[in-house]
Amino acid sequence: MTELVLFFLFGALAIVGALAVVFAKNPVRSAMGLILTMLSLAVFYVVQSAYFVAAVQVIVYAGAVMTLFLFVIMLIGVDRSEDLKERIPWQRPLRYVLGLVVLGVVVAVIVGNDWSWVTGISNLTETPVGSAEAIGEGLFTKWVLPFEATSLLLIVAAVGAIALAYFPAKRKERE
Amino acid sequence: MTVTAGWYMTLAAVLFSIGALGILMRRNAVVMFMCIELMLNAVNLTFIAAGQELRDLTGQLAVFFVLVVAAAEVVVGLAIIVAVFRNRKTASVDEFNELKG
Repeated sequence: MTELVLFFLFGALAIVGALAVVFAKNPVRSAMGLILTMLSLAVFYVVQSAYFVAAVQVIVYAGAVMTLFLFVIMLIGVDRSEDLKERIPWQRPLRYVLGLVVLGVVVAVIVGNDWSWVTGISNLTETPVGSAEAIGEGLFTKWVLPFEATSLLLIVAAVGAIALAYFPAKRKERE
Repeated sequence: MTVTAGWYMTLAAVLFSIGALGILMRRNAVVMFMCIELMLNAVNLTFIAAGQELRDLTGQLAVFFVLVVAAAEVVVGLAIIVAVFRNRKTASVDEFNELKG
């Protein structure tokens, strides 16, 4: 019963946030809508006993990533006069058609499979609890190679961001 | 009536479609980036729901990797947007047409 109430309450909030991302004229409002959606998803993670992922969702996504987004929005200025005019006119109705097609196909797949989208046989009998200990054990034993690969990716991304920020300034100095 | 994995999948599908619609209709590069984040979050929800349905912790680990890749992507993507904004004084993707053939 609790899960049902939480699903409808935070499901509605997540959809409202998502619609705010797409339809808000002000990019800051879009960012706030995205934070609302991310926090609602964190509640779903807690409900499904993925506690560590829920905490990381709040700290990294709703905290760090969205702060970065807000910084960039402030940096480039809030552009209210966004040009929503299509350069190619017949594309305008097509985007709604395309969005509905994506939604229709995915929902048809889920409903068509009798609401049990997940196929396959589970090898455990009890639901896994996503504690920090369990996640860490999986991450550093079975998934240690992907983990190292992502650490390499993070270094490359950090160096790339620094390079993008640094080299244009250097070029200006030379001129 | 209990909440099954299919419900979460349907909600994720709705969120993903809204994100895709945003990519199709917005012209502001930062907002389009946020729509990509929205779609990634929807996929994360399906990972968690599938992982709980299959009683497997791998779903949650997959979310972890998606999260790290998304963070790296945001860092580089926003740096590119800021770098382009310095030259063109706009964040509208319609104006980013210098590379067209």
